[in-house]
Amino acid sequence: MPKDHGIGASTKRREDIRFLTGRGVYTDDMALHGQTAAVFVRSNVAHGRIKSIDTAKAAAMPGVLAIFTGEDFKDVGGNPAGWLINSRDGTPMREPKRPVLAHGKVRHVGDAYAAVIAETYSQARDAAEQLAEDSVIEELPAIVDMKAAVADASNRVHDEIPDNVCFDWGWIEDNRAAVDAAMKAAPHVVTLNLVNNRLIPNAMEPRASIGEYNPGTGDYKLTTTSQNPHLTRLLVAAFVLGIPENKLTVVAPDVGGGFGSKIYHYGEEALVLAAAKRLGRPVRWTAERSESFLTDAHGRDHVTKIELGCTKDGEILAIRTETLANVGAYLSNFSTATPTFLHGTLMSGPYKVPHVYVNVKTVFTNTAPVDAYRGAGRPEATYSLERVIDQMCRELGLDPFEVRRKNLLTPDQFPYQSPVGLLYDTGNYQATLDKAVQMADVAGFEKRAAESKARGKLRGMGLSTWIEACGIAPSNLVGILGSRVGLFDAATVRVNATGNISVMVGAHSHGQGHETVFAQIVAEKLGIPESSVDIVHGDTSKIPFGMGSYGSRSLAVCGTAMTKAVDKIIAKGKKIAAHMLEASEGDISFEDGKFSVAGTDKAKTFGEIAFSAYVPHNYPLETLEPGLEETAFYDPANFTYPAGAYICEVEVDEGTGKVDVVAFHCADDFGNVMNPMIVEGQVHGGVGQGIGQALMEFTTYDETGQLLTGSYMDYPMPRAEDVPFYNVDYSCQTPCTHNPLGVKGCGEAGAIGSPPAVVNAVIDALHRGGHTHVKHIDMPVSPSRVWSAING
Amino acid sequence: MHNFDFAKPSTIADAAKALAGDGAQALSGGQTLIPTMKQRLAAPTVLVSLTGIAEMQGVCTGDGGLHIGAATPHAVVAREARAHYPALAALAGGIGDPAVRSRGTIGGSVANNDPAACYPSAVLASGATVVTNKRRIAADDYFQGLFTTALEEGEFITSVVFPIPQKAAYVKFIQPASRFALTGVFVAKYADGIRVAVTGAGNDGVFRWSEAEAALSANFSASAISGLTVDASGMNTDLHGSAAYRANLVKVLTGRAVTAAG
Repeated sequence: MPKDHGIGASTKRREDIRFLTGRGVYTDDMALHGQTAAVFVRSNVAHGRIKSIDTAKAAAMPGVLAIFTGEDFKDVGGNPAGWLINSRDGTPMREPKRPVLAHGKVRHVGDAYAAVIAETYSQARDAAEQLAEDSVIEELPAIVDMKAAVADASNRVHDEIPDNVCFDWGWIEDNRAAVDAAMKAAPHVVTLNLVNNRLIPNAMEPRASIGEYNPGTGDYKLTTTSQNPHLTRLLVAAFVLGIPENKLTVVAPDVGGGFGSKIYHYGEEALVLAAAKRLGRPVRWTAERSESFLTDAHGRDHVTKIELGCTKDGEILAIRTETLANVGAYLSNFSTATPTFLHGTLMSGPYKVPHVYVNVKTVFTNTAPVDAYRGAGRPEATYSLERVIDQMCRELGLDPFEVRRKNLLTPDQFPYQSPVGLLYDTGNYQATLDKAVQMADVAGFEKRAAESKARGKLRGMGLSTWIEACGIAPSNLVGILGSRVGLFDAATVRVNATGNISVMVGAHSHGQGHETVFAQIVAEKLGIPESSVDIVHGDTSKIPFGMGSYGSRSLAVCGTAMTKAVDKIIAKGKKIAAHMLEASEGDISFEDGKFSVAGTDKAKTFGEIAFSAYVPHNYPLETLEPGLEETAFYDPANFTYPAGAYICEVEVDEGTGKVDVVAFHCADDFGNVMNPMIVEGQVHGGVGQGIGQALMEFTTYDETGQLLTGSYMDYPMPRAEDVPFYNVDYSCQTPCTHNPLGVKGCGEAGAIGSPPAVVNAVIDALHRGGHTHVKHIDMPVSPSRVWSAING
Repeated sequence: MHNFDFAKPSTIADAAKALAGDGAQALSGGQTLIPTMKQRLAAPTVLVSLTGIAEMQGVCTGDGGLHIGAATPHAVVAREARAHYPALAALAGGIGDPAVRSRGTIGGSVANNDPAACYPSAVLASGATVVTNKRRIAADDYFQGLFTTALEEGEFITSVVFPIPQKAAYVKFIQPASRFALTGVFVAKYADGIRVAVTGAGNDGVFRWSEAEAALSANFSASAISGLTVDASGMNTDLHGSAAYRANLVKVLTGRAVTAAG
């Protein structure tokens, strides 16, 4: 009988009541007295020098209250990169200033170089159009293609960076010679050239921000679509505007999806705060969808050459990669970590590979900034690895299941120090592979393929055995690796006098379901109903601190902080109970919501203890403070390492090239599972995004830097009809060894593991259909690309 | 969106009068015009809605075949044409999504003549008659290139009359983002011959594939066109498919439409 309450129960998501009945409160829903509207003037060229901006006409238009240009921010700070990466030669990365508004040059289509504040949105927009007409921008040749950007030192995104390279990173540089030698000595070497397609995040809610300033107190408030309100406060306060942290509140209310794109601080947030101060009135901005396409941080965009050295029977001996990673026009906050420490460290996958070397050059181009997007570096690594392993099987005539079995780490090899810097604590990759094989009825494939053939379709099967590192991250480790922030998290558990509880957590929920799951955990631990627990998040004035939600970290890191705060509550409760029950603290046990004296029937309920803490008439006031509220900060000892095996089956229509995903099986190890329904939902969403990347989504800039896929007329998002009914299993569980809940992370898994399974399935189908000349098709494996590959 | 005045006449004559004014623009379902106005790419001073005119609404049989009022939404056509012209009803039921089908109209689609729209292929393959407030225009004379039609200034469609074929089918291969036709082929079999119209693929918008019509008139089966080739030079290339790919789709989808027509 499945649990209906607490840890492990599929409790229905409490937040869905407001989301599904239109009662959510998003940033744009807020109406404020005296509010004004901001509209940004954005570059329509990819690269240009700002010669002049004549504000006179626009300033005189009806309703216009203020106009800002880059000049207004030239003396304040820039929006920094969160990680300092050193090149192979030890020199630090090149880090150009990212100003609030472009100054001197515009560097991508959509780069904001001015902003108009007016009484109404329409007035602001009219004036912004006028201002665009009155601005002289000398167009410069656009730098779009990464290879060309590196090759041509005469054309620069940033004048001070000669070859458009941010850094040239080697991981691990000291191992390079040994890897080269192993590759040279390998009996067989497989080489693949891959493009990991650039994606646009497309959260349902576009970015929106409201700035407020109270001239009476000097307090600022920013309401914004953020996955990470404390980080935004830190960046705005310490780096960009110099507002004292104690004078700035950042609130991220209901947020309609982020997928990474709302981790970062954006210039629009600083602008509305600066404008609110100048006007003494609230200033609001909500992105149009076209602005989202042009300015939200994009994802992926790697061009990779991967080589795999192996024996003739498929034992992997060495892996070497060379990658060009696009960072776009400016360094977004995580943009330097994503293609490096979230990518290179995963390049040995779940396999025992003695020699691995990863080289990544990050390149500036006249395109939107590129940063972490669901999976962030790990999908890129997994895709390269799982594609090249499939190619090895094809070249050597080996079975892809057997080859993976041969190379997977075995349960007795944990903890395992990987050659690329990670210490895998636990796992059982054979178990998830066996499970997936069983779920997918691999043995019955030929029969299904014959049935597909009878309907004129080619059927193929693709496998991916994936691992990732999430729950970021140990601060001391990431500090060594270049992070400029800590990656702990925090929670406060406040027990009210009547025994119900508010938990203030640093993690931010923008659709994940924290309000439900975190309450399940607290309720379980305290033996009280879930309905007695409320989760409060997204407000820096209420929450001790937080590093936000991304990198599948909320439960493993913030959930652990919360658990530790609950433990402190129980410990204090024992002291109170000992006093009330006239027993020694060591004799008090806490179970099922009751503090009792061992070996007696004397007990106090959790509610009685809470009441006593706030009405301390019979209370050890000499030794114990009244009240019942505890805070814990938690810094993880290691990453967590979820892993799994995905099997995809596709049907290919040779006439049109159309690929249909007809089955998708996921056997995942997420450690202990707190709410199975929510875990399944996360896997569904992640796999859906992975199928989107594999088959549909792409981002194209033309040679002048214009975004050709700038709307839903040309950017294909997967819909329900594009994905199958998923078959999801999470019963293989090796609990994480270093957090008390034994949890890993499930938010990104689907997006990490699925793209290679889909592409491997397509190549398999084509080979089964006799199209054996097709070695590889770059994502998205769209109908026209499949047709061209077949007929090419 | 810029400010505009709005008129909703209840007769064709009043609509014609309203549309004669400066800066007036006909509005039907608004599925193209309204997004264009929201992007400030169009700024008519007066919008004249054609959806309040009773005689421009609905589906009925009459002289020359099936009469569909120009302001009839796709969803209504999908429902009410099914008994009379199932291939046409299926086409209407496959346009966009439920919201689009509830608002978008046949007249709006045919007047706009988007090169990737579905309806023009049905109108052309059926040899339909486009009826306006001024005259009747044969389908072969009506479509004149991308977003270009025989409609003159102040002229608007009031209905479309479709001769009902013995057999017909429409097969669409969607562009994955917009869900318009990357290529769509409408095949209709009449007593006096076969008509094949292609949307989404041609450089000049919807066109008839005359070689296929000849081959299918002799032998109405998919195998009849297997020896034909489609010249890619007249096809469109974009982010979602090359001219060669579209040429292939024209042939593949024509064969499938013939098979579907039975």
